[in-house]
Amino acid sequence: MPPIRTDWVEVRAESDIVHARQLVRRLSSEMGFRLVDQTKLVTAASELARNTVVHGGGGRLSWECIAEEGREGIRLTFHDCGPGIADVQLALKDGWSTGKGLGMGLSGTKRLVNEFEIESRPGRGTRVTITKWK
Amino acid sequence: MLAQSGLTDLLRNQTKQLHAQWMAELAAGLRADSRIGATELSEQTGEFLRILSEAAREGVWDGPQSPQLRPVLSFLDEVSRSRAIRGFTPEETATFVFSLKRPVFDHLRRRFEADPKTLADALWTATELIDSLGIHTFKAYQRTREEVINRQRTEMLELSTPVVKLWEGILALPMIGTVDSARAQTVMESLLERIIETGSTIAIIDITGVPTVDTLVAQHLLKTVAAIRLMGAECIISGIRPQIAQTIVQLGITLEGVTTRATLADALALALRRSGQTIAGTRPS
Ligand SMILES: Nc1ncnc2c1ncn2[C@@H]1O[C@H](COP(=O)(O)OP(=O)(O)O)[C@@H](O)[C@H]1O
Ligand SMILES: [Mg+2]
Repeated sequence: MPPIRTDWVEVRAESDIVHARQLVRRLSSEMGFRLVDQTKLVTAASELARNTVVHGGGGRLSWECIAEEGREGIRLTFHDCGPGIADVQLALKDGWSTGKGLGMGLSGTKRLVNEFEIESRPGRGTRVTITKWK
Repeated sequence: MLAQSGLTDLLRNQTKQLHAQWMAELAAGLRADSRIGATELSEQTGEFLRILSEAAREGVWDGPQSPQLRPVLSFLDEVSRSRAIRGFTPEETATFVFSLKRPVFDHLRRRFEADPKTLADALWTATELIDSLGIHTFKAYQRTREEVINRQRTEMLELSTPVVKLWEGILALPMIGTVDSARAQTVMESLLERIIETGSTIAIIDITGVPTVDTLVAQHLLKTVAAIRLMGAECIISGIRPQIAQTIVQLGITLEGVTTRATLADALALALRRSGQTIAGTRPS
């Protein structure tokens, strides 16, 4: 049986953040990512999972192991139907937080991965997709 | 209520026979193991039937909510509780009650063989009773499991934040595992308390055992360092592995102004020097 290449999990509670990290750790290590890249992707996932729970009121993580143009990578999509972000540019600024956080989660995550996409509509929800190539 | 009296009669007058059949049923369903001995199980089932027949003696019961079933339910609470603690699965625990069905049904079938209508009623009454007792058992099991998990969680909180005195005036806190907010809070509090208790001037936080340092963990670390400084003591963070160092730099977190060392040993050497102490054989640096 070939390994499952894509699936999704719930991200609703603090314990789901731990599970999301463990999942990403397992996927990236199975795919043979370097330790430092594993750590970066796991940390990015931790940030986005926490945002999904804390700011987005809970949502989902869809994951995909991808291979295209001769390279392999992992794509993670965090999706929630929470309040959304009014000003995405502002949210991406270092140190900006509407909560009590450091406000480095989104901007830091963007630096930790190869591709970063964010889509948010106030009142509708937020979707953040990140990709890390091996 | 002929149907109900059939069940009552069984419980009251044929307890011994029922007990034997039930034990046979349980023995078939549950493999003998070290968690419960045959004698204990036999006593438990016997006691249960005694209490149940006692309840039946009180007369007609109006469904599973009847007040006369209360002693039965509290007995089941105890049984479920002890099984949850001994590591029985929920299925195994619920089997205790559900396995009573077959002997009861067999008996009722024999008794009302000639009267299908009454038989159907009797079976329904018995099913309703046993099912509700089974569900009660399951709920009680679940409650106990939750209590156990919560207690372990609290114990873990304390267990996993041991503040140790490394040297005169030097404390160390080796952090291990996931640093969620609750743990971070406990860590900070116990470290601050111990600083006062021991009159220490230097605290080393070792994060070798922390798998992920994200912005939340970093924030907790920075807060702890600030609080330690406010108390007039000094803080060293050790055990930042290379991959973690690269990651937090890219995240954009600056540990500027925080003293860091690669290993706990390096941190201790620095702490000794700062506090003007020496050990024979310490690496010169
Ligand atoms: N999933 C989300 N739903 C709603 N708002 C979000 C979401 N993710 C991020 N935000 C907003 O963007 C801000 C910046 O996020 P982040 O950089 O992770 O910092 P922090 O989580 O420390 O506040 C948050 O304070 C919040 O207002
Ligand atoms: Mg965040």
